[in-house]
Amino acid sequence: MSLAHRIIPCLDTDGDRVVKGVNFVGLRDAGDPVALAARYNAEGADELVVLDIAASRDRRPTFLETIRRVAAELAIPLTAGGGIRTLEDGRAVVRAGADKVTVNTAAVERPALISELSREFGAQAVVLAIDAKRSGDHWDVMVRGGRESASRDALEWARLAVAAGAGEILLTSVDRDGTQSGFDVALTAAISRAVTVPVIASGGAKLPEHFVEIFQQGAADAALAASIFHDEVQSIRTLKEFLAASGVEVRLPC
Amino acid sequence: MKVTILDYGAGNVPSVERALQRMGAESLRTSSPDCISGAQALLLPGVGHYAALVRALDEKNLRAPLVGAIRSGVPFLGICLGLQVLFKSSEEASQLQGLNLLPGIVNALPPGVKLPHMGWNQVKKKRESSLLAGIDAGAYFYFAHSYAALDSNGATAATCSHGAEFAAVIEQQNIYAVQFHPEKSGDSGARVLQNFLRLAA
Repeated sequence: MSLAHRIIPCLDTDGDRVVKGVNFVGLRDAGDPVALAARYNAEGADELVVLDIAASRDRRPTFLETIRRVAAELAIPLTAGGGIRTLEDGRAVVRAGADKVTVNTAAVERPALISELSREFGAQAVVLAIDAKRSGDHWDVMVRGGRESASRDALEWARLAVAAGAGEILLTSVDRDGTQSGFDVALTAAISRAVTVPVIASGGAKLPEHFVEIFQQGAADAALAASIFHDEVQSIRTLKEFLAASGVEVRLPC
Repeated sequence: MKVTILDYGAGNVPSVERALQRMGAESLRTSSPDCISGAQALLLPGVGHYAALVRALDEKNLRAPLVGAIRSGVPFLGICLGLQVLFKSSEEASQLQGLNLLPGIVNALPPGVKLPHMGWNQVKKKRESSLLAGIDAGAYFYFAHSYAALDSNGATAATCSHGAEFAAVIEQQNIYAVQFHPEKSGDSGARVLQNFLRLAA
């Protein structure tokens, strides 16, 4: 009896539609967020993440409405983010129905944002998203959708963010994202060992074996994927059955 | 029967409301002392910091009516912080007084495991549990917390373990409380809420 490893589908949204693309390039429509959320909730997803990848100010009301409609479908936790720059932005997504807020670029630029959110909502509600890219013998933190280096070491940033009040890390490997060649085991294991909070691995998943590997060798507490679930390359149910058969503790849907 | 949800400003009230709606239960959210005193059943949801909850209860003058209603036998369900506040105090804000309806204090979960304790975990029954009636022994519930009631006492109906064993389900007369989030725990969580509604009816 112990904590189950979590499988988390991610909806990258632009306004009221789910979109997908490699490194934010060549976005394609991938469906209705509300319908996908209902499907994943029923299939046994452990949580859901909704990201506003456009994160433009004028479309924020549409995104908040998407959070409200998605939250109404869920009996599991919901994390929302994308373009969260202020405490007020965080409040808006929580009020719309998110249980956790995820921050990325704005937190790198102003780490106090993490403490502000953590004081108001508790550490369990603050998810720091780190986009990391291999650079020689370490990993660089990338910002602005993985396009720009923040010239900061990912392990150092993770430790600092946890000290500031982040309760979880959503770690995306920029090198693996969109490649479907498997999660970045070395990166995830390094971050997971560097911090005391749970780590969600993201980027590169395709096969069920990739998930076994990231839990058993990558020390991930949860694993996130998007298009393989949207395209039904993987069903959450069969993935979890595979994980259970491989000795990974998961919550099997009824 | 109507469930009165204490809305002290920081809880995840909408999630709880939606969960109750899904099972056809009527609910009313309130921060009015009078509505609490006249409630048929009370629900105290909670996320965030212990101090925020305790301060809000005091600032809104909800402590006395809440304690009064619980002492007079109104069925009460506390969720997460709503469980922790039943005790005398919490290490998260040791200068503040809890509701002191249960003996003991709330402790920080010990280091050595990933904290917060976040995700789906199983519970172990200590005795017959009305809240867990009809739920499989292996069922998972969603937890998200760093503090817990480690002191096992007679009120604990089921425990969970993460670094240490702690109270996951509390049942004492009309006082019911869970450390996990039933409103976020899928079908097994819905069943816990249904069981509470049945007990409160």
